[in-house]
Amino acid sequence: MAREERRVKVKIDNVRKVFDTRNGEMIALNGVNLDIMENEFICVVGPSGCGKSTLLNIIAGLSEPSSGKVICDGKEVVGTGTERGVVFQQYALFPWLTVKKNVMFGLKLKGMKDNEAEAIAMKYIKMVQLEDFVNHYPKELSGGMKQRVAIARAYAVNPSILLMDEPFGALDAQTRTQLQTELLDTWEKEQKTCFFITHDVDEAIILAQKVIIMSARPGRIKEIVDINIPYPRTQETKMIPEFLELKNHIWSQVYQEYLEVRK
Amino acid sequence: MNKKKKGSSIPKWAWLLISFATAMCLWYLLSINPKTARSFPNLVETIKAISTMMERGVFWSDISSSLISVAAGFAIGFILSLPTAVLMAWYAPVRNIIEPWIQFIRNIPPLAYVPLVVISAGVGRRPQIIVITIATFLIMTVTIYQGVINVDETLIKAARVLGATDKDIFLKVIAPATLPFIITAVRLGSSTALTTLIAAESTGAIAGLGMRIRSLNNSFETPPMLLYIIIIGIIGMIFEKFVKFLERRFTGWQEKRDV
Repeated sequence: MAREERRVKVKIDNVRKVFDTRNGEMIALNGVNLDIMENEFICVVGPSGCGKSTLLNIIAGLSEPSSGKVICDGKEVVGTGTERGVVFQQYALFPWLTVKKNVMFGLKLKGMKDNEAEAIAMKYIKMVQLEDFVNHYPKELSGGMKQRVAIARAYAVNPSILLMDEPFGALDAQTRTQLQTELLDTWEKEQKTCFFITHDVDEAIILAQKVIIMSARPGRIKEIVDINIPYPRTQETKMIPEFLELKNHIWSQVYQEYLEVRK
Repeated sequence: MNKKKKGSSIPKWAWLLISFATAMCLWYLLSINPKTARSFPNLVETIKAISTMMERGVFWSDISSSLISVAAGFAIGFILSLPTAVLMAWYAPVRNIIEPWIQFIRNIPPLAYVPLVVISAGVGRRPQIIVITIATFLIMTVTIYQGVINVDETLIKAARVLGATDKDIFLKVIAPATLPFIITAVRLGSSTALTTLIAAESTGAIAGLGMRIRSLNNSFETPPMLLYIIIIGIIGMIFEKFVKFLERRFTGWQEKRDV
């Protein structure tokens, strides 16, 4: 699959974002250009405060760029849209709804009938292996289970691109690797474009086809690293020399940025 | 979730019984102590007061009069507080204009402004309802407002990316997320209604628990006074139980909370 033949899914065109703060203007993003290809898995790494989340929010339509634009499927992004699904780090499940009702939430908003919505919800609940917990409330679930529900909820409305903002950041190491494996499985099955933010370099390399390294102050793209390790990738992949080389390279780049921020 | 506490081997009903018995003993001691005996007539005398008041034909009308005022004042206060709280949370100008005054009036004891209300609204049912409405409206507005502004921003974002419109956000996110605060508001409002009742009935009421306690005071009839005080307490407890029921029924999904 030569990348040249693939379609551009999302085009980020010279995006700049400035926040007004008490200490004057803060440039969160400056001159960000990026093409996200159809079905591509992209990971974004960078020190905190480099504008990763800001960029994701702009693609999602939750925030507007100060200048520049984001084009999704040929149309300029204005506001949110169900073709762009989002998974948040803090799960953001509706605590008053059961697992099933949470996954059905977006489907009901589309005006879908109960039984239809339920069938689709069940499909994705099975996908994340929570069929035994359909009638549980979020408070009865562990962190990993909550994030699985959030992923199922995002998938259920059938977005063509999934935006994930450090989705596994709050999970323990075991759960994290398990969810990474599951996510890769799903990605290969569902063939959806993924834009995944993380601060974990291992996670970025194991998941992505392309790793975007961002630099801070102002946030911009520093380097794009192609990850040419074939899928399926497993935890053993983390031992191969290619992986270690990439890890060294990306890590040192991120670390440099981290030192910059600390200055 | 942590039900393992000390003394868990004794069932709850037994504790209730022990607590009740302790209070009865204490009451008995107060009733035989010469210093406190006049304020605390014993249980038998207090119960006898029920028939005394019934014979006078005021027992049921006092209770129903107070309940009507409390219910009407509370209901109007609640109906007004919901939209006010939401408007305050959503529109900064509304908030900036109203909030200082809500805080200002909230700290004035209702007893202080009852005479002013009576001068304009006359005596009888109307001033009672007005006073209770004011008091419950203030406390419930503040509580519900806190609930609306505390709605987790990421829940709103999550709903938006799933295709929610402003109306959906309001009905399907803000309303349920605020529900626990609304129930707390109902709890505070109902107890405020009851405490304000005494003030509301202080001027020119023709019946009512609060009015009767004051009029019995003039004739030093302590058994019916104590009886009426206990009745107010019982009514308060019934309200509390009702709110607890609402809480269990509608907000069982909440994290934590174990009282």
